[in-house]
Amino acid sequence: MTDPIYKTDALIAQDIDQYLKVHEHKTMLRFITCGSVDDGKSTLIGRLLYDSKMIFEDQLAALEADSKKVGTQGQEIDFALLVDGLAAEREQGITIDVAYRFFATEKRKFIVADTPGHEQYTRNMVTGASTADLAVILIDARKGILTQTRRHSYLTHLIGIRNIVLAVNKMDLVGYDQAVFDKIVADYAAFARSIGITAFTPMPISGFKGDNITGPSANTPWYKGPALIEHLETVEVNSAADADKPFRMAVQWVNRPNLDFRGFSGQIATGSVKPGDAIRVLPSGKTSTITRIVTLNGDLDEAVAGQSVTLCFADEVDCSRGDVIAASDNPPQAADQFEATIVWMADEEMLPGRSYWLKIGTQMVTATIQQPKYQVNVNDAGGSGSHLAAKTLELNAIGVANLSTDKQIVFEPYATNRTLGGFILIDKLTNATVAAGMLHFSLRRAQNVHWQATDISRDFHAGLKNQKPAVLWFTGLSGAGKSTIANLVEKKLARMNRHTFLLDGDNVRHGLNKDLGFTDADRVENIRRVGEVAKLMTDAGLIVITAFISPFRAERDMVRQMMQPGEFIEVHIDTTLADAEARDVKGLYKKARSGQLKNFTGIDSPYEAPEDPEIRVDTAVMTAEQAADAIIARLIP
Amino acid sequence: MVDAKTLTHLERLEAESIHILREVVAEAEKPVMLYSVGKDSAVMLHLARKAFYPSPPPFPLLHVDTTWKFQEMYKLRDRMARESGMELLVYQNPEAAERGINPFDHGPLHTDMWKTEGLKQALNLHGFDAAFGGARRDEEKSRAKERIFSFRTASHGWDPKNQRPELWNLYNARKNKGESIRVFPISNWTELDIWQYIHLNDVPIVPLYFADERPTVERDGMLLMVDDDRFPLQPGEEPVMRSIRFRTLGCYPLTGAVESTARTLPDVIQETLLTTTSERQGRAIDKDAGGAGMEKKKQEGYF
Repeated sequence: MTDPIYKTDALIAQDIDQYLKVHEHKTMLRFITCGSVDDGKSTLIGRLLYDSKMIFEDQLAALEADSKKVGTQGQEIDFALLVDGLAAEREQGITIDVAYRFFATEKRKFIVADTPGHEQYTRNMVTGASTADLAVILIDARKGILTQTRRHSYLTHLIGIRNIVLAVNKMDLVGYDQAVFDKIVADYAAFARSIGITAFTPMPISGFKGDNITGPSANTPWYKGPALIEHLETVEVNSAADADKPFRMAVQWVNRPNLDFRGFSGQIATGSVKPGDAIRVLPSGKTSTITRIVTLNGDLDEAVAGQSVTLCFADEVDCSRGDVIAASDNPPQAADQFEATIVWMADEEMLPGRSYWLKIGTQMVTATIQQPKYQVNVNDAGGSGSHLAAKTLELNAIGVANLSTDKQIVFEPYATNRTLGGFILIDKLTNATVAAGMLHFSLRRAQNVHWQATDISRDFHAGLKNQKPAVLWFTGLSGAGKSTIANLVEKKLARMNRHTFLLDGDNVRHGLNKDLGFTDADRVENIRRVGEVAKLMTDAGLIVITAFISPFRAERDMVRQMMQPGEFIEVHIDTTLADAEARDVKGLYKKARSGQLKNFTGIDSPYEAPEDPEIRVDTAVMTAEQAADAIIARLIP
Repeated sequence: MVDAKTLTHLERLEAESIHILREVVAEAEKPVMLYSVGKDSAVMLHLARKAFYPSPPPFPLLHVDTTWKFQEMYKLRDRMARESGMELLVYQNPEAAERGINPFDHGPLHTDMWKTEGLKQALNLHGFDAAFGGARRDEEKSRAKERIFSFRTASHGWDPKNQRPELWNLYNARKNKGESIRVFPISNWTELDIWQYIHLNDVPIVPLYFADERPTVERDGMLLMVDDDRFPLQPGEEPVMRSIRFRTLGCYPLTGAVESTARTLPDVIQETLLTTTSERQGRAIDKDAGGAGMEKKKQEGYF
């Protein structure tokens, strides 16, 4: 059962030292298998493991028993059961999550990620693809190209995998007919061109029967190309190309065991480094020279892309986690506005304008995304990856959008550098990874539009008015009494000769924000604009009072971040839904309950109460007058 | 054919593991390394020492002890803690100790109380928010599906159907209140990789991995070593000296030995390559609850 291509049992038995030497110098190839449900991905991997003797007798005995019990291959061994490791997968007979499997031949060690075919598990497919050097795209010879084939080909190309094998599987079920194979290859070539795939290696196989897996099959004499394993053993791995690019390393950790040692630890993304090399620390731009490459086994003369090292500098330059060390004469740029492709991976749709954490390399910043320029139609039968108009991105959607970050980040286009071009977005409330993205380029605007420094400063404005600017941000359910109390507060402040301005929700929606509705995305944009206006007014020295439902915590926090420290005062007008609905001054609750009004906060749209507001007004125990006095007491102690 | 710029598979694996170890230290508040004294723990500890050299690894070692490990394991554990300059925390579940839970009389309850419950108690006691574990994806089929950063609920449960996407080498270490992370830096290593790395780097391992004459008893098709006098001999049983070694180490009454004459690392690797059974075959723990044994245990909080 062992094929000679995988392991030379004779050499192992006779000369283990020699075998170990050979094995020590093996390279590694990481690849994924993808394609539609039932195209035979798991079976192919099961076959590779079985042929390479990575399945042991005890596992085989368990597999045989399982195959008879729950297998889909009659009395024969169902290899898919080897890789579908979760109980839910075995019950449903589908692959939900990526499984990583390992095997080795004489020349290479392989890590194969078996990725799920179902569209609902796309994020798991992308997870597997992101670390792969090569993709094996399977097609059922009886079915030809399917929606999932197109989708996975697009994702594979998007994630930057340049080595693609088109494995036309189940050839045994079409009588090893060359015409069937040629037709599928021609169809795929036309589709591949349309999405930008320039080259792929087609081969006719049967994972179940073993044709063209380890060597040429007698069943396909018309096929002259390599068998799958031969191809996997010889194809060039991506990391080799990274070594020829300019030097870049993201700093993970500063190593300071004592006052005499300061090293910068990280994994080299591209290029190589030697002691004596001139480097530049970004984004600061400070330069120095490498003195040592430190490891537990002694200093190195050189380190290359892919290695994890610790570098020492000749000078005491400021450098910490998130910084990038780069070749001094060829550094990457820093920017804060970009165009990017985004793969949305969360059940909750993307909200343009909301702030998310963005992690790229070892940098963590706050980012906001604009409304997508377009969404890619990856299920398009024509295969052109045509563009669809989109206001947001939903689960598994792929789109292109501009985004901006609150700080400059050191970056390179994803096509040039995966480490400095690939990012993830993290929801600030749930901490879930909600998207993956790839930077295309920075926007010129960011490079050329500089902040206009004015001579009359915000302190001067405030000084003229003899007051400290602030934002009193009222939040609460509709009908809680926000506008009433805000009005009272403003009247009282006016009597105290304070310069104020009240921004009211309803009023703003008649003008500045009259283009916005009440979807989640529009609510976010509404608050963002109000926040920006409030910020300009505080620069002018005003005390700004705002009265908006502002139901989402994330947006209130976003506005808080915009303001100077201490100037944002969150006022929660806390009333129960029952009380607010009983009052129903504008008759809105009645309308919402009857279904005439959609997306109404508290009814069919959530209200996220502040966790720790500066001021909380409990309307059950305070009158509007008492509340206004309490707020002023907090503002002007 | 391999030029200087193409890393070998072990170099790539080592670099990946070191990157993971450093990310956790940079982003977690209070990390810890679970140290079981086996060969995988040995490699993980060695990688940690490499990752932070010349500093000692900036986190403690935690040994969740069942009091039933092999004597040789306790010896190596104490030696490695000394040599690495790391703090060693040993935790024994007081309830299991009080009730005298042992592998001979209590079957699966032994693993559940000492290991699963003990681990949860120790993590809660110290408030660790990230724990390194030496699990590998090639060990078992539910492990093959697990992310490198594996999130656990406040009660330490694992939800395999709802794992975070994990792209490139970007790990999202942000967690909600009460959640903790189990991190597996050697996820992508195989048993052979581990052996080869130990061989190339002279990583110290427990001598039980090498064959020697040891007192044994054959029971339920397993060769058990009589490691101390707590081993209750059944009528007619008499310890017999056999040349044995272990492919995996756990509690001595639960770990089956193989008859072997492999006294050097190359001999051990040779045997590993020519063997026809998987390494976990000697472990009783995987055989409960049919095919989903490990997955079920992990959902309950086992590593």
